[in-house]
Amino acid sequence: MSESVLIIGAGGLGCPAAFALAAAGVLDIGVVDDDVVDATNLHRQILHGEPDVGILKVESLAHALERRFPRVRVTTHATRFDASNAVSLVGAYAVVVDGSDNFATKFVANDACVLARRPLVHGAAVGLGGQLLTVPAGGKPCYRCLFEEPPPAGVGPSCSEAGVLGPVPGVVGALQGAEAARLLRGQNPAFAGRLVQYDSLGMTVRAVRFNPNPTCAVCGAAPRIHALDAADYVEPACAPIHA
Amino acid sequence: MATIRIPTPLRKLTQGKEEITATGATVGALIQNLEAGYPGLKERICDDSGQVRKFVNIFANDEDIRFLKGLDTPVKDSDEISIVPAIAGGR
Repeated sequence: MSESVLIIGAGGLGCPAAFALAAAGVLDIGVVDDDVVDATNLHRQILHGEPDVGILKVESLAHALERRFPRVRVTTHATRFDASNAVSLVGAYAVVVDGSDNFATKFVANDACVLARRPLVHGAAVGLGGQLLTVPAGGKPCYRCLFEEPPPAGVGPSCSEAGVLGPVPGVVGALQGAEAARLLRGQNPAFAGRLVQYDSLGMTVRAVRFNPNPTCAVCGAAPRIHALDAADYVEPACAPIHA
Repeated sequence: MATIRIPTPLRKLTQGKEEITATGATVGALIQNLEAGYPGLKERICDDSGQVRKFVNIFANDEDIRFLKGLDTPVKDSDEISIVPAIAGGR
């Protein structure tokens, strides 16, 4: 486990993160995803190809990665990462990369990693931009210190806004992989306590620092979250208010 | 006038502009004043009670306003205000 990484999601972020990790010499990679490859994924999910359409993404990713890097061992978890399995899954790895595409999973990943005391490299991409931050083991600060709750139905990015330009997750995912490799080697994380924002339109990268939130629900002074309850992580319906 | 940096998910409400300017003695007044030129923007930043939504953060010159005076944080003409929402998506 000492040099292992779990990647949540085998899609637009997970594929480049896995590639970057393997290229950096990380040999023990786990990936969790219950989805299958769709033709519409191929422009950004770089480890899947047309012959993979219809098969599990974790199997496609593992096959592509092990073909390119024969010494890498990929452990596939063909299941949905959720409140029921998150703490045990992240606890089995040294570092976690969040390559999920929805708010519910991002909050599950954060809270599970804080509770299991595993560092988390968070990434997100939508439209023309992306975000990165690293949560140290145990948090302080964590993703929830910055964003206290997921958006309710209808007020997050709308369906029509939620597409993504293909190269954006490629950039974000590759940076996540590099950050996870740094963490495994005991080097200083580049994104801890910083939210890095990448904008592909203006080609700008900006970072804002953020502090531990003393009232954080999972890593604050009096946390209310001590275990994961599925009822706390319901993905808001895609109900745009500005269609 | 203070400069407000608009994140990519909200630029549909600012005609694609990455930066806009507005006047206001506080962050709250500034957001209120934005509404006239950019209808719908305030609704994406603040909830029905007027508080900043819990998946949005506002930084005044790179300082999180939750640790300053919240929406009452004073604003000067030379200040840069960044609106930073949580994002997910990209299916």
